[in-house]
Amino acid sequence: MDDVMLNQFLLLSAVLFCAGVYGVLAKRNAVIVLMSIELILNAVNINLVAFGAHNGTVAGAVFALFVIAVAAAEVGVGLAIVLLIYRNRRSVDLDEVAQMKG
Amino acid sequence: MAAQNVFFYVIAAVMAFSAIRVVTVKNVVHAAMYLMIVLAGVAAQYILLASEFVAATQVLVYIGAIVVLVLFGVMLTRAKLGQDVNLTNDYWYVGAFTSVILFAVMASALLDFFGDEPLDRAGAESQVPANTEQVADAIFGPYLVPFEAVSILLLAALVGAIVLARKD
Amino acid sequence: MFAAEAAAGHVDPGFLLEHAYVVPLVMAASFGLTLAIGKRLGRHASWIGIASIGFCFLFAVGANVQWYDYVHDSEHAAEAEAHADEAESHGAEAESHEEEGHEDEAESHEDEAESHEEEAEEHSLAPAAEGESAVGPMAPVAEEGGHGEEEAHLEFEVQPVQKAWTWWTNGTVEFQAGMLLDGMAVMMLFVVTLISLLVHVFSTDYVAGDRRYTHYFAFLSLFSAAMLGFVMSQNTLQLITMWELVGVCSFALIGHWWEEKPNSDAALKAFLTNRVGDVGLLVGMVILFFAAGQTFDIIEINTLANAGDITHTALLVASLCLIAAVMSKSGQFILHTWLPDAMAGPTPVSALIHAATMVVAGVFMVARMYGVFWNGLVIGGSSVNALAVVGGITVLGGAGLAFVQSDIKKVLAYSTVSQLGYMVMALGVGAWTAAMFHLFTHAFFKAGLFLGSGSVAHAVHSFDMKKDMGGMKQFMPKTFWTFAVCTAALIGIFPFAGFWSKDEILAGASQLGGEGSYTAFLVVGSLGALMTAAYMTRCIYLTFFGEFRGGHHGEVSHGTEDHPVEEDHLAADSGHGDDLEAAHDPHAGDHGDPHESGPRILVPLYILAALAVVAGFTNIPKSGVLDWVPDGVALQFEHLFEPKGGYFPTAGAIEGALSHPEFDIVIALVSTVLGLLGIGLAYAWYFKGLGPHGITSRNRLARAGHTLLVNKYYFDHLYTGVIAGGFKGPIARAANWFNQKGLDGVVNGVGKGAVAGGRFVYDQIDQRVVDGAVNGAGATAEGGGQVFRTMQTGKVQQYGAILFAATVVLAGVFIVVV
Repeated sequence: MDDVMLNQFLLLSAVLFCAGVYGVLAKRNAVIVLMSIELILNAVNINLVAFGAHNGTVAGAVFALFVIAVAAAEVGVGLAIVLLIYRNRRSVDLDEVAQMKG
Repeated sequence: MAAQNVFFYVIAAVMAFSAIRVVTVKNVVHAAMYLMIVLAGVAAQYILLASEFVAATQVLVYIGAIVVLVLFGVMLTRAKLGQDVNLTNDYWYVGAFTSVILFAVMASALLDFFGDEPLDRAGAESQVPANTEQVADAIFGPYLVPFEAVSILLLAALVGAIVLARKD
Repeated sequence: MFAAEAAAGHVDPGFLLEHAYVVPLVMAASFGLTLAIGKRLGRHASWIGIASIGFCFLFAVGANVQWYDYVHDSEHAAEAEAHADEAESHGAEAESHEEEGHEDEAESHEDEAESHEEEAEEHSLAPAAEGESAVGPMAPVAEEGGHGEEEAHLEFEVQPVQKAWTWWTNGTVEFQAGMLLDGMAVMMLFVVTLISLLVHVFSTDYVAGDRRYTHYFAFLSLFSAAMLGFVMSQNTLQLITMWELVGVCSFALIGHWWEEKPNSDAALKAFLTNRVGDVGLLVGMVILFFAAGQTFDIIEINTLANAGDITHTALLVASLCLIAAVMSKSGQFILHTWLPDAMAGPTPVSALIHAATMVVAGVFMVARMYGVFWNGLVIGGSSVNALAVVGGITVLGGAGLAFVQSDIKKVLAYSTVSQLGYMVMALGVGAWTAAMFHLFTHAFFKAGLFLGSGSVAHAVHSFDMKKDMGGMKQFMPKTFWTFAVCTAALIGIFPFAGFWSKDEILAGASQLGGEGSYTAFLVVGSLGALMTAAYMTRCIYLTFFGEFRGGHHGEVSHGTEDHPVEEDHLAADSGHGDDLEAAHDPHAGDHGDPHESGPRILVPLYILAALAVVAGFTNIPKSGVLDWVPDGVALQFEHLFEPKGGYFPTAGAIEGALSHPEFDIVIALVSTVLGLLGIGLAYAWYFKGLGPHGITSRNRLARAGHTLLVNKYYFDHLYTGVIAGGFKGPIARAANWFNQKGLDGVVNGVGKGAVAGGRFVYDQIDQRVVDGAVNGAGATAEGGGQVFRTMQTGKVQQYGAILFAATVVLAGVFIVVV
């Protein structure tokens, strides 16, 4: 246990990822779903940076930065959509968004 | 145990706990607070991985901007500020099942494949990864086009968000 | 011109070749300019396009002249090197050196506009073709044809003129734009600019007064730019981009008169059919990109393929994918259906795009990536391969369909399909030069035919041969004669262009390939020649002979195309047509007999007809009975335009090197006789009324064949009815079907069960089996419906949860099992 292992980071990222997946699938509140997506993106970022360190390249960090930028864009648009849903039906409960039912 | 590892495990434990709390807590604002703790933990992990620039960006963008944005979202959608028993849907057990199995699959695959791989791989290209100077060189060198593409993406997201959210 | 000879090695290609990239840029600028200020110029907007394409044509002619010099300089440089190495061993080359003296011109200059080009092509010396006896025995590759291969010992490389600008770099991959000029690109440069120029001139009369006049010329310019960029593509990325751009222009021009539903439908059909093949193009190019070590460079990919550095499997899969692209773009069976419909566009567009240039893009692409196809399909060593089969089927299929068309343009369209089949087949059997040569000659006479049909249609305002034409010879003698000359070239009558190119393809089919050679395709090609002769005779008869059946306008429905022209003439002030003869005024056309077309239509016809006569002599063979042909004349096309270098399978290929067929007097005679036979049969049938007329109404077999042809082998039904219809609501329809059958089954089953009580011994087993099956089906349907009904909640999250759960379980299974 003396050395810093690659797996530590990967397993931590797996925990965040699975928590995020649970949130996306099981939460009713659209804002919490967005937060869960952030969890997933952060899990990915940890992996990117850890593998970058592992291989001694800068590419991992660069892509993590890109992911952060994309995440910012995603939250912006995502919240706009949530606001729109709220405005149209006075609720952000995803169970009520069921137009796909034929 | 190396000092780096001590920090890692302390922070990782807090992060794992907070991450699970984000998706299980019954108060939306509390969930946002737990999310902030996770994000700060991620930034700390970046520092442990010697990527201080990414850590700084993480703090600025995630904690500084995204969490605030999420809180605005909570506020604007008038979520209940107290306890809300109805936060999970009726088939949450499918999600729980999925994420547990997913974790088992990923953990076994990772342990199987990267069993005792040290973080600093022997023969890696350089031992000082991702300091700010190198990141800058990379972004404005070989990755210039993706960088520009991201800027266009942000612009598009900006326009899209405004179009979606403004009141007509 | 021999100045560079001394400095062996590097040869200067010349200014125009170095800067040929301006040609597509000029056309692109013309597109922008026409769109920007065309409206203000009104009818003079066409002058932008004509000036630009005229400039490009002169540029292309100059580039061809320089290319001629360049090839010879390269050759002499190589010879000088060879002489320095060993003075005495290469007798043949020394001999050829002496031959420089007579660079005699070929016989006739046919047209003032073309004289430059002819110079470039015909006045030259051809060491490649000479001294066969002297070197035959020592030729290393003396297989298939059983004769010495001239190329083998006179190997010299002509470095293609390349230029590339890096557009951007991502990681280690460079995205470039550039130009690659070698023989075939230079040749195409000439063909495209010439035909485009003639079509521009022709169009000024043909679409005069159209309400989207500027739009029309703008897209002609853009099309020329795209096609020129395509033939000069330096890398596969650029190739794909230009390929798509060509498709877009085709879409815009086919749908030029989109107010009428059939026209916009045809445009959509062309576009969508091409998309099908484009998937193949993309996949193929991606495979090549990775197989060749992440490069887009065409030369590099071909070189690697020839050197055997790409696995055969990768090459095979890539070439099969690319064949799909050829099938769509070059109208090969089974994706040919868009091409005849594309005749809904204005006729000059049909001539430019759907006969001479765009549709040969697929053929050109194969020729460009020939290293890949050659090694992927083992063209040099097999007796049958996918490319040749596709081409062969198309030759016969297209020719068969041409018989039953009553629209003159559709006859020509199917004829184009068939002729493109010849080219693809030639590439498939390994006769590269023959294919490109046929492309070259076909461009002239097919453009001539299309413009001729446009001239006729301009006079009678219809494309229907059976209703509105007939006896046009007396009204339009000039159009008739040019049309007849081009037809003779298409059929392959002796001195005309088509004879030489078609004969070379047939000779290639009989002489090239591995054991057994491609004899089957010789039969196919000969049969195709017979059919070509027959349907073209029919077309000429219906159009130009017999009684004039037109002149009853107002009551008949016109062809889809000319109607808007008329409308536009009526709508717009038609005074601008005053400089032409009255025949161009549609009002005049409505009364009285049709008249001959004006000079802006006739001059392009003359030029194309002249080229249809002489273009064949650019590659006149020198072997067999034609042994006497002087060296300066023979095989110029092959000598100048065939690439020479490691990227072309003449050298370094894994499976045999590309070789050339000999002139075979037997094949030439047989194909000519077959052509004459076809003419004779059609003459007897149509002109003399001999033969079993009305057989289609008497004989069931003949009627079935006729119906099959009229319905175009039911391909359209297959595509729209079966495939497109199948996708419209397959799930809904299947569920509905299942439900009805199931429920009906239950009801029927109950009833049947009651009836069967009386005679259950008689057919107990039968009944039980049927009942069981029916009830089972009903129960399954009902039960399944119940289950799936509750699952369809409309909640995305639930769908996602089920999806991910299933995926994760699968992943878990893999982890455990593997």
